[in-house]
Amino acid sequence: MISEFLNMNGYGLYVWSAFLFTFISITTLFLITKIQYVKERNKFLSKFGALDSKKAETAKSQIINKEILSSNQFI
Amino acid sequence: MFKFFNPSKIFLITSKAPKYVMILFVMVFSIGLLEALIFSPEDYKQGDSVRIMYVHVPAAWISLGIFSSITFLSLCGYIFKNMNLFLIAKSLAPSGLLFNIVALVTGSIWGKPTWGTWWAWDARITSMLILGLFYLMFLIAWRIYEDKEKVLRITTIITILGIINVPIIKYSVDWWNTLHQPASINILSKSSIHSSMLFPLLIMTAAFVLFSLLIFLMKYNTELIKIKNKGLDRL
Repeated sequence: MISEFLNMNGYGLYVWSAFLFTFISITTLFLITKIQYVKERNKFLSKFGALDSKKAETAKSQIINKEILSSNQFI
Repeated sequence: MFKFFNPSKIFLITSKAPKYVMILFVMVFSIGLLEALIFSPEDYKQGDSVRIMYVHVPAAWISLGIFSSITFLSLCGYIFKNMNLFLIAKSLAPSGLLFNIVALVTGSIWGKPTWGTWWAWDARITSMLILGLFYLMFLIAWRIYEDKEKVLRITTIITILGIINVPIIKYSVDWWNTLHQPASINILSKSSIHSSMLFPLLIMTAAFVLFSLLIFLMKYNTELIKIKNKGLDRL
């Protein structure tokens, strides 16, 4: 039964390769985007860490900076 | 009018939304895969190869939809001098290009058992390839030009030129004799596709829309952090 399902009446190679290509493509784009995000966030965190307390306070007063620094980030 | 497009307000949403979009995407994609690969019937003529349609067609629709959105956003951004609209357009482009490639490759795979060839310089396929080139030009322009004014002007021109191709893609199967079949789904008239196939097609479309939204959110957040990184340098 499983081999019948995989074979798909002779079209298995075409169907599975199309679905596999789609799956690999979306996974790759997700990972690339995630890596870029993590890289920029880490850059931000290290730059923020290097600021003196006065500048850090000023930076922290901005909504976006506060959000980036919060640990609620998913990716 | 563009108060809603304030990046600070948007970031409050976009920084939290990916988690929920990701969960929703995994759920909808799983249901879509089950429907497409197991529950949907085989075609009386094409057999099981018709299952390729469930990735090929939604990918093509989304690729066209995203390019149209990018054009609209770039044009509005240029007219109203709103940088945030350009950022949204830029963040949408990677998933648009990805689905363009998916549509081309899966179409090629589907072509072999159906037409007996991997590729044909057919009007529909060629115009989709041209759309992919416009996506590439758009993304490369953002990478190579340093001057902000220049990049905004060039990307807007690219999208305006590219949008001319969108109706050509849509109507190519009606205007020319093509290997590609005409549209089976019409919003204004009766669709020729059976509901047992339409349902998985719509589920997979919803899954791809959610994936595009997820990538857009991640990319948009990255772009905003990039801007904030430059802001820290200026402090």
